[in-house]
Amino acid sequence: MHELSIVRALLRQVGRVAGAHGGGPVRRVTVRLGPLSGVEPALLAQAFPKACAGTAAAGAELVIESVPVRVQCRACGHVDEAAPNRLRCPACGCAETVLVGGDELLLVSVDLEGRLNV
Amino acid sequence: MCDTCGCSITPGNRATAVATQAVPVLEGLLAENDRLAAHNREHFARHGVLAVNLMSSPGSGKTLLLEATVEALRGELACAVLVGDLATDNDARRIAAHGVPAVQIGTGQACHLDAHMVHDALHGMDLSGIDILFIENVGNLVCPASFDLGQHHNVVLLSVTEGDDKPAKYPVMFRAADLVLISKADLLPLMEDFDPARAEGYLRDLASQAPMLTLSARRGEGMAAWLDGLRAQHAALRRPRPAAARPHFGVLRA
Repeated sequence: MHELSIVRALLRQVGRVAGAHGGGPVRRVTVRLGPLSGVEPALLAQAFPKACAGTAAAGAELVIESVPVRVQCRACGHVDEAAPNRLRCPACGCAETVLVGGDELLLVSVDLEGRLNV
Repeated sequence: MCDTCGCSITPGNRATAVATQAVPVLEGLLAENDRLAAHNREHFARHGVLAVNLMSSPGSGKTLLLEATVEALRGELACAVLVGDLATDNDARRIAAHGVPAVQIGTGQACHLDAHMVHDALHGMDLSGIDILFIENVGNLVCPASFDLGQHHNVVLLSVTEGDDKPAKYPVMFRAADLVLISKADLLPLMEDFDPARAEGYLRDLASQAPMLTLSARRGEGMAAWLDGLRAQHAALRRPRPAAARPHFGVLRA
């Protein structure tokens, strides 16, 4: 259960972004997670509201974009989705593939509340 | 609320109307850890220290392997060990009994080591004169895989008393391995269900080129290849050259 450590790191990052953009309350935090990131989306979602309390992100919504595992074959060039524990080329079976997606562990964006000049 | 369109900006609150501003970031969630890991790596480089991160399930023989390794390298390569455990300093004491510096990192409730913990522990360890620093991570096949510590190599142990399908069950961990050691090989004749070839098959399914060695730290079989690999890695570290040309543990497979 290292998701709490991850959430704390995420909140420090969010705090820095908010600080650099006027410090307004954070409304939404969007992250991108791949199955090979080692982070479980459900546990992250569970840890988020608790860890947020008392930070600039208190009450913010967490949006998790889940992305699939994708491999590119070095032998035949085929690009395809794959299971996290079966990264061979789905076309030719070759084990020499490159992961082109699925290990993402990214802070995508932070939505901040700001005054609207209308 | 506006009766016409449903928006929240009405003449009464126009001056204080709020909107949200999306700030794009696209930065890794572990960027902070990774920066400190890079700092640790520079610290190792300055001292010419090879840093090896050992990960596995609890009880797969990391400490015994380290005890046998520091004994075998005695007088040849100076070793030091950082040991992560939730509680007790039992492992550090076992290793210190062999006369090598050993620092226990008590992680409390944390199920893994991170770059900060290693950095703090390094403050209590003099690396001058040290050739190889082993970092014995918390026994856990999940969490430690996500945290770079600044190590040069990840070594993952899989003991023959576990299932040989562990690489399929814990792909994140086994994908992170630069070398996989099948440990407790002396028990292999008793463990009918464990097939090293099957374990290697699951590892290759992860598109991993990491070499796999089978050894017994208790009986000594297979230890020579592991020790030769460490010697080669250490020699390569002291002889700077492009990273791509660095000999890998793979040289041991011949």
